[in-house]
Amino acid sequence: MKTRKVGTLAIVCRDCLAKEEWTENDLGSFLVKITLFIPCFIDQYYPGAGIGMVKILEKLGHTVEYPESQTCCGQPAFNSGYWDEARSVAETMLDAFRDAEVVVGCSGSCGAMLKVFYPELFHGQPREAEAKALAAKTHELSSFLVNVLGVGDLGASFAAKATFHDGCHGLRELGIKREPRELLRHVRGLELVEMREAETCCGFGGTFSVKFPEISTAMGEGKCASILETGAELVISNDSSCLMQIQGLADRQGHKIKSMHLAEVLAHF
Amino acid sequence: MSSESVQFHRDADRLTHDLRHRAWIQKALGGYYVKRDEQKAKYTDWQQARATAAAAKYEAVNHLDKYLVELSDKLAARGTKVFWAADGAEAAEYIASVARDAGVKRIIKSKTMTGEEIHLPQALEKAGLEVVESDLGEFIVQLRGEPPYHIVFPSMHLTRGEIDETFQKKLGSAHADTPEELTMIARDVMRQKYCQADMGISGANFAVAETGHISITENEGNARLSTSLPKVLVSIVGIEKVVPKLDDLATLLPMLATAGAAQNMTCYNTLLGGPRQPGETDGPLEFHVVLLDNRRTALLADPEQRDALHCIRCGACLNVCPIFKNIGGHSYGTTYQGPIGSVITPHLRGLQSWKHLSFSSSLCGACGETCPVKIDLHHHLLQNRRNAIAQKPVWWEMPIFAGFAWFMRRPALYRFAAPMLRLFEPVMRAIRGMDIDPASMWTRTRDLPPVPQQSFKEYWRARHAKR
Amino acid sequence: MPNDSREKILRRIREALSVKAPARHLVGAHQSGHSPQDWLPPVPSSRADLIALFEKNSADLKTEVRRCADAAAAATVLASLARDNGWKSVGSHRFSLGNDAVSALGLPVVFTDAPYETASLERCDAGISGCECLVAQTGGILVTSASAGGRVLSVLPPHHVVIASASQMVGDLADAFALLRKTEGSVPAFASFITGPSRTGDIERILVLGAHGPKRLTVLLVES
Repeated sequence: MKTRKVGTLAIVCRDCLAKEEWTENDLGSFLVKITLFIPCFIDQYYPGAGIGMVKILEKLGHTVEYPESQTCCGQPAFNSGYWDEARSVAETMLDAFRDAEVVVGCSGSCGAMLKVFYPELFHGQPREAEAKALAAKTHELSSFLVNVLGVGDLGASFAAKATFHDGCHGLRELGIKREPRELLRHVRGLELVEMREAETCCGFGGTFSVKFPEISTAMGEGKCASILETGAELVISNDSSCLMQIQGLADRQGHKIKSMHLAEVLAHF
Repeated sequence: MSSESVQFHRDADRLTHDLRHRAWIQKALGGYYVKRDEQKAKYTDWQQARATAAAAKYEAVNHLDKYLVELSDKLAARGTKVFWAADGAEAAEYIASVARDAGVKRIIKSKTMTGEEIHLPQALEKAGLEVVESDLGEFIVQLRGEPPYHIVFPSMHLTRGEIDETFQKKLGSAHADTPEELTMIARDVMRQKYCQADMGISGANFAVAETGHISITENEGNARLSTSLPKVLVSIVGIEKVVPKLDDLATLLPMLATAGAAQNMTCYNTLLGGPRQPGETDGPLEFHVVLLDNRRTALLADPEQRDALHCIRCGACLNVCPIFKNIGGHSYGTTYQGPIGSVITPHLRGLQSWKHLSFSSSLCGACGETCPVKIDLHHHLLQNRRNAIAQKPVWWEMPIFAGFAWFMRRPALYRFAAPMLRLFEPVMRAIRGMDIDPASMWTRTRDLPPVPQQSFKEYWRARHAKR
Repeated sequence: MPNDSREKILRRIREALSVKAPARHLVGAHQSGHSPQDWLPPVPSSRADLIALFEKNSADLKTEVRRCADAAAAATVLASLARDNGWKSVGSHRFSLGNDAVSALGLPVVFTDAPYETASLERCDAGISGCECLVAQTGGILVTSASAGGRVLSVLPPHHVVIASASQMVGDLADAFALLRKTEGSVPAFASFITGPSRTGDIERILVLGAHGPKRLTVLLVES
């Protein structure tokens, strides 16, 4: 069984044994054991995003596993300043993913929690090395598909005029901007238009949305206005928490906006 | 909740519902974004420029004692009087004594947020001195008795009609329709003030240790005039303003202009290193530089957040902050607004009283992304939150987060969350938005998503049951 | 200052700095051996291109640039400005590029390189000065007391006219600082970059020229 090192991943390729020269295109045919990271509110409110992720990864031929002991990444406590409580919850994630080769999640904000904030949360703490190791092997879905697997076209089709909202944590903590658009570009029948201020925060911000509801709502109104201006019927994002804010506000104010997670759109094949 | 927090919530609530204000600020900043991006695109390497600027400020702040001494010595060598003020009261007292000793009656002032921070104009007025703001925006809000709305654009929130009304009332001027006419009214008033003032007060954007200069950036020329015409000049300078070398300004001055006002270069960038020297025919006969601490050393002592002292007060973080744009500058209730204000005010004025500024952010990170000197603004907000809670947890939050942690560590219990949510959904729908609704902070303005028939865990379990 | 808080503040600083801050900000920054040219907007090298860049920036700033073949031509342009704008008195100082042009105006002159009355300068219609150098990258003019007749001449009268030689054109701010150190020995107590006529956007973010400083800025660029 030939293996190829891609960053920290040792990827096993069952189909490329005959090839001597490895190119970027071959990445797509490497098969990986992927451990799923399903944040708590995806589990409870937006399982479709997780299911979409499973469908996509399995279509590409990879094995997916899901440690059932995972619950929450601890971000609500972390953002509210209760770092001890956040750490005790985060430790369950360290346990759940201890044996994972690669962890892929479908949320920019929870992905950022694992990748960017766990090293800070565990800084100077006993399990710091594990936290850093988990951060290194965690990927957000679109980034994993485009940058690690080198995949662009998933064979999906979805007829709609849509616009993409960049979730702030995915955009600024994880650097994700190009990847979702690269993937959506290949979706047959999808017309993707850019909204004015795609990168402006929707106003969710976790506990901010309920601690400062008036500011959060005003920001959400700004985002809905940007979406409506495009004439798109659908807003897509790689963060379901943003979609919860946008859809919740749109429904209350009677705007004709539908929302879907990126994984749900890409899994339409 | 501190009284400051109560004021903040009240003002933020009012402003977020003010659609006229929202549209106005959106319009005011709209042009800025386009021009700023045009300016940034001209740079050969904007990110490298940021790295250079950040490195220069890092060097300065992390060797602050060395550079302040060098600055002070070089200034003094040209006859400048350097006064080190531990706090605002010391600074104000010194400046009042300078005015007294020189027989000063009328003071003309150019824009200084540091002066605003220590309420210098009010302190001097109390000492019986006339203090006139020469910067147009500051002049306007001074007439209206308001604090500045934005650290760079003090009167951004006002329409020409409101300014016209103020001028008519306070200056007895004729009705004016255009920004041009209103500006000329202020120009005429100010010209006499410059020539008659006995003392000028300025701030500084930078202070160059290597050559012993303060550097003042402005567009109007009012600082040039305030610092050259009166016979006494006092410049109040936060100790963090120092930069090591003159050549650092070759990067910092253009970046300040681009980030702050979407300009290639601000109109006047002036180096001042001393009073009138032998061979000069004009300029102040006395030049005093007041170096102000006022709890900057407390921020310095926090190595995690020390880089907040890199701030060049460009205002770029305010311009990109969605919270600032929706609540406006006055809601902050303190001198420094926006993200930088939310980071440093708890340090400068008290963590427990001002922590709400660090909490009132969605942590979108636009501020840290835009900061020309790479201050980790949005991460500092998180650190302030942690520090505030570590010092004094909120009594009703403690059981909630303890409960949250207890529950989330028990996947066997967590399994029941999904069926519970489904069970209570009809009840939740019925009480939606009411006071008894535990989710009312959300449901007052937004719908909750429907609870799906199957959680992901339930789907996964079912999948495995099939296999 | 004997009774200020210098020692107290320095002590606080040294105590604070005894704990090191993470050196995150040094990551990515070039070490020495690089010039701002590597990251600032690019600047051409030939004199002709520098002048063209200066003119382009000046146009954006609403600075008038008039090319003059020689000092005599500059004098002619200056005279026409005086006539067209009805100047009654001007402020100036003695500098080689300006001496003849200013005296040829035949107007009362307030010379600011000798003791002068502010009130007289305030009444002048224009201030005519030299400069230290011209900066192509920004479209700016560097003035010092020695090169531009003091600290006030270039900012008080409503029209500032600079008479400069094309050989005074430099690329960027770093070049300007280098020149300043060279010609004046050390950086003087007063130096200012003037980049366009005075302006403000404080009212409704609408640009207005002539807020407090000069409303008009004219550069007479003498080529020989």
